[in-house]
Amino acid sequence: MSEEQIKDLEKQFEERIARDEKIEPKDWMPEKYRQTHIRQMSQHAHSEIVGMLPEGNWISRAPTLRRKVALLAKVQDEAGHGLYLYSACETLGISRDELYEQLHSGKAKYSSIFNYPTVSWADMGAVGWLVDGAAIINQVPLCSTSYGPYARAMVRVCKEESFHQRQGFEIMLKLANGTPEQKDMAQDALNRWWWPSLMMLGPTDAESVHTEQSMKWKLKRKSNDDLRQQFIDQTVPQAELIGLTIPDPDLKWNEERGSYDFGEINWDEFWQVVKGHGPMNKERMKARVGAWEGGEWVRDAAMAHADKKVERKTKQAI
Amino acid sequence: MSTKNWPLWEVFVRSKNGLEHRHFGSLHAADAEMALENARDVYTRRNEGVSIWVVESKNITASNPEHNGELFEPAQDKVYRHPTFYELPDEVKYM
Ligand SMILES: [Fe+2]
Ligand SMILES: [Fe+2]
Repeated sequence: MSEEQIKDLEKQFEERIARDEKIEPKDWMPEKYRQTHIRQMSQHAHSEIVGMLPEGNWISRAPTLRRKVALLAKVQDEAGHGLYLYSACETLGISRDELYEQLHSGKAKYSSIFNYPTVSWADMGAVGWLVDGAAIINQVPLCSTSYGPYARAMVRVCKEESFHQRQGFEIMLKLANGTPEQKDMAQDALNRWWWPSLMMLGPTDAESVHTEQSMKWKLKRKSNDDLRQQFIDQTVPQAELIGLTIPDPDLKWNEERGSYDFGEINWDEFWQVVKGHGPMNKERMKARVGAWEGGEWVRDAAMAHADKKVERKTKQAI
Repeated sequence: MSTKNWPLWEVFVRSKNGLEHRHFGSLHAADAEMALENARDVYTRRNEGVSIWVVESKNITASNPEHNGELFEPAQDKVYRHPTFYELPDEVKYM
């Protein structure tokens, strides 16, 4: 194809997206579209998978059976989300093994929030309420993104997320209304998870490199700062409702803007964690790679068993 | 390193009797039986289905979007395939 022809195809492609047409796997697409989508979708899938670790940590120690089945179901959902997204990503011509390899080698990123430790039961509340809450804000606009398989996966994901946030908030509500020690536990969890949750919505617009192109392709529909403001505005009243304090002395309602003003985010910390120096980066990768390697014999055995069954069938047919 | 990777399967789910099976997504599994079990765990955790089909992805033949013109455009000018093409007086009822 000549350069002229490619330019023409690219123009038609952008026009299709502008008309709100979906792009499907076998359609022609610019190489950059393919690569950007592989990167974002796999990063998203990895986050769902690694995101199971901090919560998986508490399943065996959930305080009641009710809490235990809820947490178990949530973590199982996250595994499902990872699988929907890996499958959607594979339609772009990359294999599951390559995707895993990128995660395990550290080449691919996942959400930095999962590099923080979950040290008390209240963290299960804070994670569901804040982390899943921030994830929902990120994910809802993606239900109408331009790449068909991604959009369809996100519709399923979003349907399932709402219970995640509600079960988390319920945990916080219960603790906040409990003994003084329980309330302290809830407050402590909020103190530790608040700022990382704000960071989770991504660097400020001024520092965000991919925004313009991503907006065009509907990989992003609102800027990081807008999403963050939305998250703060809807979360602060929820904290007030259960008598917890947002750990930000500069937080103040701004009548004029109809929004909360808030304090400076420690972006140094954010970049440190992204670069691999968060409190749990090493631990998370060790657990993930360990699970993959430890499961190898199971995968091999299943394949050998499947081959044997086929053999037996062919023999019987003869 | 694993000797052989689990193949990819496409999953189709009937949400309730009376509806057709619809494509839900895909997954990896060693064989058809495992694909069914995994599909049940991945795609029907909230009563989304009453029946599942799985088919190994490599067995699907798909049309090429680049040939969409030849394939689908010929139907566009065949307006006589639609009832509105036929002009009848208003007095005609039940037709
Ligand atoms: Fe999720
Ligand atoms: Fe979730």
